Amino acid sequence: MSLLVKNVRLVDPAQNLDGPGSLLVVEGVVAAMGADLERDPLAAGAEILDGGGAVLAPGFVDLHVHFREPGQTRKESIESGSRAAVAGGFSAVCAMANTKPVNDSVAITEMMLTRAAKAGLCRYFPIGTVSREMKGEELADMGTLKAAGCVAFSDDGLPIGNASLMRRALEYTRWLDVPVVAHEEDRELAGKGYMHEGAVSASLGCLGIPAAAEEAMVARDIVLAEHTGGHLHLAHLSTKGSLRMVRDAKARGLAVTCEVTPHHFALSDKELMKFDSDFKMNPPLRTEADIQAVLEAIADGTVDAIATDHAPHGWDDKEVELPIAAFGVIGLETALPLTLELLVNRKVISLAKAISLLSWEPAKVFHLDRQGLGCLRPGTSADFVLFDPNAQVQVDRAFIQSKSYNTPFKGWSLPGKVLGTWVGGERVWG
Amino acid sequence: MTSERYVFPHKHLLGIEPLSPQDITAILDQARAFEEVCERPSIKIVPALRKKLVVNLFFENSTRTRNSFEIAEKRLSAEIINFDADTSSLNKGETLIDTAMNLEAMHPDLIVMRHSAPGAHALLSRHMKASIVNAGDGAHEHPTQALLDAYTLRKHFGSLEGLRVAIVGDIRNSRVVRSNLWLLTRMGAKVTLVGPPTLVPQEMKATWPSIDISHDFDAVIPEQDAIMMLRAQFERGTGAYIPGQGEYSRFFQLNPARMKQAKRDVVVLHPGPINRGLEITSDVADGPNNLILDQVTNGVPVRMAVLYLLSHPHGEQVP
Repeated sequence: MSLLVKNVRLVDPAQNLDGPGSLLVVEGVVAAMGADLERDPLAAGAEILDGGGAVLAPGFVDLHVHFREPGQTRKESIESGSRAAVAGGFSAVCAMANTKPVNDSVAITEMMLTRAAKAGLCRYFPIGTVSREMKGEELADMGTLKAAGCVAFSDDGLPIGNASLMRRALEYTRWLDVPVVAHEEDRELAGKGYMHEGAVSASLGCLGIPAAAEEAMVARDIVLAEHTGGHLHLAHLSTKGSLRMVRDAKARGLAVTCEVTPHHFALSDKELMKFDSDFKMNPPLRTEADIQAVLEAIADGTVDAIATDHAPHGWDDKEVELPIAAFGVIGLETALPLTLELLVNRKVISLAKAISLLSWEPAKVFHLDRQGLGCLRPGTSADFVLFDPNAQVQVDRAFIQSKSYNTPFKGWSLPGKVLGTWVGGERVWG
Repeated sequence: MTSERYVFPHKHLLGIEPLSPQDITAILDQARAFEEVCERPSIKIVPALRKKLVVNLFFENSTRTRNSFEIAEKRLSAEIINFDADTSSLNKGETLIDTAMNLEAMHPDLIVMRHSAPGAHALLSRHMKASIVNAGDGAHEHPTQALLDAYTLRKHFGSLEGLRVAIVGDIRNSRVVRSNLWLLTRMGAKVTLVGPPTLVPQEMKATWPSIDISHDFDAVIPEQDAIMMLRAQFERGTGAYIPGQGEYSRFFQLNPARMKQAKRDVVVLHPGPINRGLEITSDVADGPNNLILDQVTNGVPVRMAVLYLLSHPHGEQVP
């Protein structure tokens, strides 16, 4: 079973490759890349697909999704979330542990992997909890969970308030060689806030979450990462101050990585002026100055990954008073279009760099590159996406594959249509 | 200065923020007409809202605002339903949308609502056909309070243009302040916010650039034409922002010593209920400069005007 995708713009950041060519897949593995593969003996008998000049890139890797299974499958399931992923060009997702029950046991990890295999869409990598039952008190069985398939550890959704527990987590995971993923939020500083604390919250009379709530914890954990030598991965950073500290930590050679979300570079807290809970998430939408800082950090390499923090919620959870509405927005289907429009078309970064932030760099952060993911090197699994960067998509209910429709981008028209997604040489979308 | 062709352009009164100076003037002028009705010796009633159904939906305790609305509704001959909901637990029981849809099924014309969540009225307005009047949404807005304050000041001074007004106290947690800031700045008054830094967000200048912020009450008193004292809500969270009542009173209480520094004809306002001896002393609250009970009296015609203009945007003649 062979497939030759010809007439494409091949972009593979891992090989520093960006140019016209074709890709040959044999037995689910990248066999060759080049200008003229049709006469290659390996291509004999291959199915031929004309890419029509579209971009062919490594399948995207999302370090941060919430698929709500087990426990809240009315919002999303591993199957529906995986469909949203491949529709967005993602061939691999890393799923957060704050399910119900949380993923702090081999039983849950294995159940998730079984469901993902049954769905047969994208690759699914569970993230285990840092603390048992996500209570923030004692460490979960991280070695056992890693052996069962967990690729990172996080209590995401909840911050780890106990500095000593965080220190032990960073210390303990050193021999496991996995990152600890931190949701940075000082709960006392955040209080009962439900949007960014600033000029907009002051004008609306809404309780705010100050930037300092994130930054104080980023500062603490960078200190702990330096002290322990553990790998700290900072999830969904949203403030200028956080990114400045990460830049400094990297310059000092610490094992600190970070991700940002498309909504944090696309939208500011001004969106809350209509009290629409589609714009409520945690961390909250920040200011224009923070957006600029996120863009600068993306451009100068401070940011390692664009991650979606895909967080499905139903209408019942969202169409209530803003203070009690659920935090979170979905993002898998809109990540590529927003990246193309706001980063590439606005000339913040090149197309190749954008693809790198969606595939190769995140794969490296969670060491998925060691499994050959995030790149198109010959001999690695044929996980790739074909997309037209110029074709427009319209964000409406039909466009969204997720069970939930809590996107702040309803009605947006954006460039970047995913034509197909392949995992292990199998077409899973398009 | 309502022109003959003026049409009140709003379906709801969600706040002062959406109102133009012309809209504000139209409400105040309409209130002037209703004040005459309220001052009639005998029958203080007009049939302007006859056969209209008004629901007073109060999710938060309120005595004076609800009574004021109810009197206004009665003087307009409206049919009235009072719906008091206990919302000590926002998360439990029926959702706001379900409550609203149940009311909607009874075809009300107007809904007067108070709710603890900022933006609750905006949410409701997306689901209902009735006109919605905001009687307070959390710390966001309390538009009829600002309108009655403006009415009281305009009646006393003739105009709001150039008036110097200090608002003193828990600025951060006050819906009265936000509605007053929109209204007073839009009508050309010069506003100074006074309180300790924890209660006066500096960021407010971003939204209302013409305002001043001061932490020194004594320094700003002499320039003011009007001083609006706010209730120090120690029972509702103010206490987390300041050391205590004694220190608060020392620096931010309006008392006879501070009144001596003020203009002789300064006026004192307070949205109530007053904490006597805390943010204001009784001799000032009851003194010759106070307009506090005038505010209460004016609340009725102002609310009549709001209800009337939402029902009759073309401003048909008041019978």
